[in-house]
Amino acid sequence: MASIFQGIGAATSISSSASFDTMKLQFSSPRSISGKKANCVVMRSGGAKMDSGSSRNGGRADQLVTNAVAAKADTPAASTASKPGHELLLFEALREGLEEEMERDARVCVMGEDVGHYGGSYKVTRGLAEKYGDLRVLDTPIAENSFTGMGIGAAMTGLRPIIEGMNMGFLLLAFNQISNNCGMLHYTSGGQFKIPVVIRGPGGVGRQLGAEHSQRLESYFQSIPGIQMVACSTPYNAKGLMKAAIRSDNPVILFEHVLLYNLKERIPDEEYVLNLEEAEMVRPGEHVTILTYSRMRYHVMQAAKTLVNKGYDPEVIDIRSLKPFDLYTIGNSIKKTHRVLIVEECMRTGGIGASLTAAITENFHDYLDAPIMCLSSQDVPTPYAGTLEEWTVVQPPQIVAAVEQLCR
Amino acid sequence: MALSRRSSSLLKPLSTTASSSFLRRRFSTDDSTTITVETSVPFTGHNCEPPSRSVDTTPKELMKFFTDMALMRRMEIAADSLYKSKLIRGFCHLYDGQEAVCIGMEAAITKKDCIITAYRDHCIFLGRGGTLLESFAELMGRQAGCSRGKGGSMHFYKKDACFFGGHGIVGAQVPLGCGLAFAQKYRKEDHVTFAMYGDGAANQGQLFEALNMAALWDLPAILVCENNHYGMGTAEWRAAKSPAYYKRGDYVPGLKVDGMDAFAVKQACKFAKEHALKNGPIILEMDTYRYHGHSMSDPGSTYRTRDEISGVRQERDPIERIRKLILAHDLATEKELKDIEKLARKEVDEAIAQAKESPMPDESELFTNVYRKGFGVESFGTDRKELRATLP
Repeated sequence: MASIFQGIGAATSISSSASFDTMKLQFSSPRSISGKKANCVVMRSGGAKMDSGSSRNGGRADQLVTNAVAAKADTPAASTASKPGHELLLFEALREGLEEEMERDARVCVMGEDVGHYGGSYKVTRGLAEKYGDLRVLDTPIAENSFTGMGIGAAMTGLRPIIEGMNMGFLLLAFNQISNNCGMLHYTSGGQFKIPVVIRGPGGVGRQLGAEHSQRLESYFQSIPGIQMVACSTPYNAKGLMKAAIRSDNPVILFEHVLLYNLKERIPDEEYVLNLEEAEMVRPGEHVTILTYSRMRYHVMQAAKTLVNKGYDPEVIDIRSLKPFDLYTIGNSIKKTHRVLIVEECMRTGGIGASLTAAITENFHDYLDAPIMCLSSQDVPTPYAGTLEEWTVVQPPQIVAAVEQLCR
Repeated sequence: MALSRRSSSLLKPLSTTASSSFLRRRFSTDDSTTITVETSVPFTGHNCEPPSRSVDTTPKELMKFFTDMALMRRMEIAADSLYKSKLIRGFCHLYDGQEAVCIGMEAAITKKDCIITAYRDHCIFLGRGGTLLESFAELMGRQAGCSRGKGGSMHFYKKDACFFGGHGIVGAQVPLGCGLAFAQKYRKEDHVTFAMYGDGAANQGQLFEALNMAALWDLPAILVCENNHYGMGTAEWRAAKSPAYYKRGDYVPGLKVDGMDAFAVKQACKFAKEHALKNGPIILEMDTYRYHGHSMSDPGSTYRTRDEISGVRQERDPIERIRKLILAHDLATEKELKDIEKLARKEVDEAIAQAKESPMPDESELFTNVYRKGFGVESFGTDRKELRATLP
């Protein structure tokens, strides 16, 4: 198994940054419940194999429909049979990660609306209540503010709750608890309490769900001190980030996307945990660095196909960690390509792209040959009509045009 | 009710004094004699049978109540003058007048039962075992403070005594309290959580949400409403359609308690703990009063008359009540009680002097405790100044 990953690591190797070579890929057996420091596998993001687009045949890029929402991919039969690992959908990967962590540590519990008997509105927690009981997989009433507070209070005593917001937008009701109690208690208590919660839920623009159910909260939460934010985009990183978030002693907000739950991918059988603060190199390149996360990754990869045909060589990085940014990976990339395009689903005003632009300008201004371009969603409530909704978010043709302009 | 008094061989040890050997305690610290005290008013129950008015106590407990309350009163008054001399900044919410609530509660529970409260937390911190030095140092923002100077008046915490703070946003601590109770139930512990809030917070929606969940899952949560009748500057009848806060639980039983009577509080908390362990949540409404304004920036006299304040002080003051009880049962003389108060003053002054010597936090403390290092991976700011850990 090790050889395959090392081989892939070589195929997607990044020439300039020497530091990546220091990371070793290792595998270990599942751990005991003692919860002490890790000798567990932490997969480097170089292990992202399915998403390197152009270098593989039958990669998922061919399966995408034109508006770049991944549907269930039919992978060719010949390649699945001999490959190691197992295939699953993104929501199943989340569930697998969640279940493994619940098995490993009795303090891990889930609370949210319809997570128990109903199995979760996106089936992420299906089957868990039957296995672990009603107290450990808790069906809460519709009271986001107080059940988030309850989870945080439980975390103060040492439990490790995972709080699910049925839709990220509903967590606005819990903003006070997330900001004041979740983020700040470790600091204001002088380090006495730690809050190892995971707050997760789907957000983002879906299929005509309407304005209130299409919100992107990463821009609202990003200023809260003391929390970490990650966004998953593939089954592989969904499971890894879920596990890392649960094991982290800090409060982590895991952003999922409504349209990505049915992505299919083959992931390793062995246990692995990803690094919460690391970005993922999706496609190495030379001409321009494209920074993206969550669903926009697929729009970018779609645009990358067109760009490659036109002769460009974009480097695509899925930043994954929204707070803090992995400026290390990003910086090394900018040093190589000197041009940056940020493609995000947040609003233009005060979004993740805005913060990232500021961070890059502050740190890497000297390496830039052109101003940073940031493609974001429009500053409007998401309309219901399908065509209007398509225009709210960034589409692949816009990405292609932006790269062409940048590289002029 | 005969008691042995003036056993001169009994010297009550005082925990934090340096040189008090010249003050020889001559009062009784007998632990075996039972004194029965009647609470000032009977309890009023909602959906439950109120407990009896007769409370058993011992001379030792009576003296402890007096000593501890005198210390708390002294601390709050000293904090008042420290604030006025600008050593304490920001918000400072004082608890004097309400001491009986915290003292009576501590007498009925153990240090494994959790308490969580709002921002009027100095005395509750002391009751949970916090020291004067930690309190004053935290108020003045020094390193020796209980939160290392980074929390302030509204963020006192003591994890080893299960005191969970110390919260600035009104009402936000009640769902946290239900979370503490949830964890106690999850771990099958035999302990309860006291989630305290005020009459102002009683109108917060999250309180009812939390109460619903606590009742749904039979969590051992006791919601204690410290009703001092004013939500900052708004009297309770102007903010609440139904100021009978103990009835607001509807399906959750409630008890109305005279919060200025430490024994009533003790009895109620004992009753509530037994109830919560068996049947789930219960609401206690403590009818109490604060002499100071809402905080130090509030004079406290624009929305109530000075006559009202002095009237309560004369008729219902918790320390006076204990003093009368002690004198009536001949446990100590007036002079001894005065000596205790003088000693309290001395301890407070010493603690303040010591706290003043504690340094301000170092500049590097600005960035500590933002994140917790765990899992072998370092978390860092956007400029990656901290070293990245090598992973196994």
